[in-house]
Formats: sequence, structure tokens, C-alpha cells
Amino acid sequence: KHMRFLLLFSRQGKLRLQKWFTPITEREKKKIIRDMTTLVLARQPRSCNFLQWKDLKIIYKRYASLYFCLAVENQENELLALEVIHRYVELLDKYFGNVCELDIIFNFEKAYFILDEFLMGGEIQETSKQMVNRCIEASDMLQEVRYPPTPRPVLPVAQL
Amino acid sequence: MSPSVPLQEMIRAIRSARTQCEERGVIQRECAAIRAQFRQSDNGGRSHNLAKLLYVHMLGYPAHFGQMECVRMIASPRYSEKRVGYLGAMMLLDEKQDASLLITNSIKNDLSHSNQYVQSLALCTLACMGSAEMCRDLAPEIDRLLQSSNSYIKKKAALCAVHIVRKVQDLGELFVPAARSLLSEKNHGVLHGAVVLITQLCERNPETLKRFRKTVPDLVQIMKGLIISGYSPEHDVSGISDPFLQVRILRLLRILGRNSESASDAMNDLLAQVATNTDSTKTVGNAVLYETVLTVLDIKSESGLRVLAVNILGRFLLNSDRNIRYIAMTSLQKIVGTDHNAVQRHRGTIVDCLKDQDASVKRRALELSLALVSASNIRSMIKELLLFLSSCPPELKAQATSGIFIAAERYAPSKRWHIDTILHVLTTAGGDVRDETVPNLIHLITNASELHCYTVHKLYRALLTDISQQSLVQVACWCIGEYGDLLLKGECQETEPVQVSEDDVLDALETVLQSHMSSSATRGFALTATMKLSTRITDNVDRIRSIVSIYGSCIDVELQQRAVEYNALFKKYDHMRAAVLERMPLIEKNNSGNTNGEATRETLTETNSSKVAQEERVPPPPQQPAKQTYDLLDLLGGASEPLQQSPAAQTLPIITSSSAGGDLLDLLGGLEPTPAPVTPAPSATVYEKDGVTLTLSCEQQSDSSLAVTLTATNASQSDISGFTLQAAVPKSVQLNMNAPSRDSLPAQGAAQLTQLVMLNNPNKVNLKMRIRISYTRQGSAFQDMVQVDSLPGLGAAGHT
Repeated sequence: KHMRFLLLFSRQGKLRLQKWFTPITEREKKKIIRDMTTLVLARQPRSCNFLQWKDLKIIYKRYASLYFCLAVENQENELLALEVIHRYVELLDKYFGNVCELDIIFNFEKAYFILDEFLMGGEIQETSKQMVNRCIEASDMLQEVRYPPTPRPVLPVAQL
Repeated sequence: MSPSVPLQEMIRAIRSARTQCEERGVIQRECAAIRAQFRQSDNGGRSHNLAKLLYVHMLGYPAHFGQMECVRMIASPRYSEKRVGYLGAMMLLDEKQDASLLITNSIKNDLSHSNQYVQSLALCTLACMGSAEMCRDLAPEIDRLLQSSNSYIKKKAALCAVHIVRKVQDLGELFVPAARSLLSEKNHGVLHGAVVLITQLCERNPETLKRFRKTVPDLVQIMKGLIISGYSPEHDVSGISDPFLQVRILRLLRILGRNSESASDAMNDLLAQVATNTDSTKTVGNAVLYETVLTVLDIKSESGLRVLAVNILGRFLLNSDRNIRYIAMTSLQKIVGTDHNAVQRHRGTIVDCLKDQDASVKRRALELSLALVSASNIRSMIKELLLFLSSCPPELKAQATSGIFIAAERYAPSKRWHIDTILHVLTTAGGDVRDETVPNLIHLITNASELHCYTVHKLYRALLTDISQQSLVQVACWCIGEYGDLLLKGECQETEPVQVSEDDVLDALETVLQSHMSSSATRGFALTATMKLSTRITDNVDRIRSIVSIYGSCIDVELQQRAVEYNALFKKYDHMRAAVLERMPLIEKNNSGNTNGEATRETLTETNSSKVAQEERVPPPPQQPAKQTYDLLDLLGGASEPLQQSPAAQTLPIITSSSAGGDLLDLLGGLEPTPAPVTPAPSATVYEKDGVTLTLSCEQQSDSSLAVTLTATNASQSDISGFTLQAAVPKSVQLNMNAPSRDSLPAQGAAQLTQLVMLNNPNKVNLKMRIRISYTRQGSAFQDMVQVDSLPGLGAAGHT
């Protein structure tokens, strides 16, 4: 796959989102996450946004308190990968309105849903920002209209 | 969409935990609650529960007990539950797990669901984690969806097809027709998917690639449409219309144009147009330009277009954006072999990038600069590289030094420049050079005999400044030891003369010996150099004697051994000292990459021993009765001053009580082992003509090896110069000629020339030798040949 994985993590290395485009074992995932956070967090502030890791190119960019880390195959266009990251951030921003890390923490599943309308199987799925936004809104509506949120069940105190 | 309150509450609870331990506690409680909820029947909060679990999973905690819940949720009729279920499946399941098989049916059903968003979930999950079986199973369905009228579904089906083809290559054929027709779509999402699919099909199957070459004109049209079209709000990114699609099309064109003249021709104009018209002020424009450059350089483009592409890279190098400089560098590196001249034009910019702040850019600039060094720019390039070396980041030092050495060796305009360059590197980065540098440099210096004086002056000065760089110090010590006499003379044309006294030199060497910065090998060098100076200086020999004797009790065994041997050289073998410590002849280049100390040590003893062995083999005619201490069997035994006394007779040495030194069979402080008993070394005159006499004597060294000494004298009235001997022996015999003691024969036998030839005769064949004699006398060259059918002393058959 042209894109192998996408990770979002904070400046302390806490993972906020992980999308894997190839089948990988849990163990490998953990190792990769460790490696990526170590490598990226160690970068000097004015370094370039690309680094080589094993047989992959890693493109990373920091937006506020979050690092976006995208791994692509060696023949990929790094500059375009930066645009991909930027596009995702724009989509999040449009959806959440001035998105910040907390939005992604507390609504992580939405972040995934948005990602899954933008990228698929390691490739770009839709190149129009508006199109992605429209689809997300429509899916959200589907979730709401047909299936309104059920009220929280009141649990007896003892069970808390 | 309203947030999931239960989920958010849990997240808040987890985040408010102050320690890892506390967090674990919260998580355990939550997981227990979630598990309990899973067991309960449908309570409407299932999607929230699964979402909670997925969050916990993201924090790194185990969540496999949620796998079955995912399967159940996916099968639910509720969209909200399906959505989270599929998300969970993508996060918790992979194709290796059994549970993933269970969702195959759900996916199959959902692919034909009436609601496109449900279909979308299935397509997405299939593209993310579809196993090979699933792919085989569902491929026909995907193909059907590729032909649906719904663009939303079509674009997703295309990417699903891409995944299927990656998993099961043979299924590619199935999608070819659909892929082909998708190219006429207007919807960018679908178009993009189609291009990706076609790329995939072509990469996997050369036959398919050939067929798709026909689509080049269509692709060109689409691109043109994107470039020329006016502003399109749907797809505009900083003035570029759908850069993502443009880049994908360019990549497909690359694959199709590679290895095909006709396809390359068809896209030539378009590429030129993109290259010239794309706005390069923003990253996105540069992304498109970059892809264009990559395509141009990979297909069979005409040279004008190639130059255009390389120039774009050159412009990138000047871009203020570091990322762009970096990718320009990597691209130039890939083509420096094939488009060398084009890249050379940007050499100045590349060299400037050596000063870039970014470590990755620096590294690339270094590699590229080294690749661009040529005979015509060697001086300026090395100058820049040496400048770079002084402020180079440590991880690049080794690469820089070895690159500079290789370039210097290949293109050095003069020996002096070469030596200067190496010295400069050693001064700046001596700690990062490879081991072979020291012997290589010594070899270079020895061979530049006209520069000995200059070199030793320069190295001496370097030594005074800094003794921390081991390689430099080693070479400096070696030089001072070898050429110390030149240093003391004080005159040197190439550098300003400096008054150096014997004490100064010895001080410098002693500083090295005593410094804690000096490694053991370095101190060895220094000690040997000090010893060598004993024959090159006149006043301070006693000081040397005392230095040497002090180190005789050094803790370092290596140094101790040397000191003891040198001590012995002073005491018992003083008559041999000058010969042992004589100037070294040209060293043969030893390519086995020995480390410093050993190589030099061996060369020292080997060469000197063979030299001395020559001296000792001085055969008759005797002038005076010898009083020599002759330990013939010991390679370092023998005559004192070259050519003066000769041993008593043809009979050999070994010993006679008449000699003053008595201890013949005494080993010279462990230098060489005593070989076996003596056999006399008879000699015979093998050639006599025009006053030139050549005698030959042999001595059996071991079962198969033999030492032959050739001696030449000139009894005529005129001097002979350029006297050389060449020898040939039967095929199975190995021959090794040492350097002759001199190359001229003064008239009237005033001096004689000796040359030692070592023979190895493993097959014990009949030993014969053919000798060619050449010399110049009174301006005319002379040559002669003599065949020796039986070597003296070996019996008639030539072997004992």
C-alpha cells in the first residue's frame, strides 16, 4: 500500500489515533509506535519534515500539540504526503470548528470516521474537501435521525 | 452529532487519574463494566460500550474480549452500531484472527445494502483488512459495484479493487475492463480511484501495462483539463486544481512511458507544459512539479525536457523551504550517474547546501558533492569539503573523511597536494579515519621522495600543535624517525625554514611517549622513531639511550619488548645499529588492511633484516681476515658497515673463536629465532666480462628454501652506473629478489654490489638460474645474459 500507517500523538508521546493500512500484529504495532514517537519527538525544531526509517519514508508535521506521522513507501512523493496530512487537519478543523487535541481525544471515533471518508486502503479516496464533509454530515444524520440516542440508564448507586 | 456522553465521561475519568497505577485501576473497573454490558442483551448503549473499549485499546490495554462484540455489532440493523462495529473490527481484528472470518458474511450482505453509507462501511472494511479468501469471494461483487451509477460507491469500489489485486494478483484481469471505462468519469473521486487501480494493474502485470499504454492520450487530456481549467472551488488547493489527482496521473504516465518511446513522445508536450506553468510558490505546486520531474527523468524524454527537469531541481535547491531542498537533493543524487553533466551545472548550489542547518540536507549534500568531484574541480571541491569537515556533525565525519580520501587518491593533481590534503584531514578529523589511513599515508610519503623534507617539517609542526589525533601523531612520529636528519638540517625550499635542535625533536617525541592521550600503538611509533634518530643525530645519542632503557621496564608489554630490543641494539649489537636503522626503501603497498602498529613494525623488521642480510652475505674476495661476529644463521647477523669488511673466506661463518664478539649463536634479544645448523655457503664466479665479475653463493635455509647472493664487481677503468640484475628460474620455483645494495659499480673494484635472491623449491626440481645483466658505461648501455646450470654448493643435481 502506498501509505502504510498514520499515527497521531501528543508531545509527551501519548497516542491519539492509529490507522494501519497493512495487517500487522499487535506486538509490531506497539514497537512501531515506540519507534515513531522516539524518532519524531527527537527531531530538532527546524529540521525538514522527512526522515528515512527502515524501508519507509516518514513524513511528520506538528499541528499545535499534536504530531501527525505518516509512513509511505519509498517511491512516494513526500511533498504530496505533507498535503495529505494538511488536508486531514483541514477536514478535522471544519468538522470540529477550530479543532484541538482535546476534540480528538474525546471524539476519537469521529476522527476515525472522517479519516475513513478521506483515505481508504492506504490511498486517497476523495480529493474534494466539501465532498468528504458532506458525507460525514450525512452519515451522522443517519445515525441520529433513525436511531436517536437512548437516555442513559440510571444505575443503582451500589453498582457505580 | 451529539457526543457519546458515557464515552466522554469515561475518558474524563481516565484522564483525571494522577498516576499510572490509578489509571490502571480506573481502566480495570471500566473494562469490567463493559464486559458486563456485553453480556447483557440489547440495551441501546452497545455502541457506546464498544467505543469505550476501543479507547481503552488505544491507550495500550488488552481488548480482545471485544472482538465478538464487534462481530455482533456489525450484524446489527442499526447504523450507529454497525459503524462502531466496523471501526472496532478494523482496530481489533486482523485477517489472522478467526473472528475476522465471521464478518465475511456481514460484509457480503452490506455490500448490497440499500443504503450507500452502509455499503461504504463494508467497502472500507474490506479494503482495510480483507483476507485473500474474502477478496476472492467478493471480487465479482466489487466488479459489479465498479459499474454502478453511484459515484460515491464507485470510487470506494475502485480502491477495494486495488486492495483485492494486491492480495490476489490473478484477480487483476477481472477489473481491467471496468477500470478502463472509469477513465471517462467526470467525478474526481472516481477518476482518482480509477487511476490508482490502473496503476496497480499495470505494476503487477506487464501485459496489462502494454494494453493500458493506449490510454496515454486520454490521461494527457485529463491532465490538460486540470491545468487549463478555471478555478474550481471543489478541487482547488492554493491555485492548483486537484493536485492529488494530478500527481496520480503523472505517476501513471511515468509507469506507462518508461521503456516506451512512443508513449513517452505522446506525453512530452504535456510534461513540458506542467513543468513550465505550475505555480511554484506554494508546497502544493512544488509537489506537482516534483512528480513531473520524477516522471520526466524516468521515461524516455528528449534531452531538452530532461534539462528542464534538472533545472527545476536546481531551483528547488535554492528554495527557502528546507523540505524542498531535501527532496531536490535526493532526486539529484539518483540521477548524478546518468545525467552527470546536468547535475554538475548545479554544483555550486549543492556545495552551498553543505552549510545547511538541517542534518538530512547536509548528509545528502555531502553524498552528492562527493559524487560530483572530478579531475577538473578537485582542488575547489576538496577545499569546500575540508571546510565542511571542520564543522561537520559527528555522524557524518567518517563518511566525509573516507570520501575525501577516495577523491584525493583518484584525482590528486600533485603529490604535495595529496599529502597536504591528507594531513589536513588528519588534523581536523583524525579520530574518524579508517585504520588503513596511516600505512597508506606512510606509503604515499615514502614514495614522494622529493617532498620528504617538506613533509617532515609540516608534520613536526603539526605534532607541536596537537598530539591528540592518533593517526596524525603516528604518521608524524614515523616521519620524524625516518627523516629526522632533514628536519635538523633546517633548510627546506617549500616551507619557511625553522631552527630545530636535536633536543627539540627528542622533546616532541618524548611528549608523545608520556602523554596520556597517546594510545599504545602511538607510543610504539614514538619509541621506534626515537631509536631511529640515534643514527641520524650526533650529539644527543645518550639521551636516546636513556629513554630506551627507561622503557625497558614499561608496563605495556609491547613497548617493553621494543625498548629491550633497542637496548640490546645499543649494547651488544651496536655495530649493526646503523644498518638496522637505515633509511627505508620503497615499501610495497600492503593491501590487506593491517592496523597501524603491526604493519609498520613488520615492515621495519622485514625490510631492515633483508637489507642487513644482504650486507652480511658479502662473499669474497676477502680483504682482511675477518674478525667479525658473524651469526649467519640469524638474519640480522653479519657485517657491520656495508661493503667494507668482508668476511674471511668462503667458508662460512659460523663462528670462530677468533671473533671478538663471541656470542654467535646468541639470539639478538629475541628478534629472530635461530635457524638450523650451518651449512657452508660456497660461491662461484658465474660471469666475467669486460671487467665485470658476477659471483654467486648459496645457502640452504630450510628444506625447500635457498638464499642466493649475487655479488658484482667492476675491475675496469671506467665507472658503471645503472647496474641491474634480473633472474629467472624454473617454473615451479618461487623467486623473490631483494633490493640491491647499490646500483653503480665504481671502477677498479672500489665497491661491490650485492643482491640477495630468495628461492623456494617445493618440488625439489633441478635448480637453474638465468641472469640478465644490464648497465651503462661511458654513456652506452650494455646487456648480457648468463645461465647458471647448477648452483654452487647444492651438489650436481641441484638439490641436497
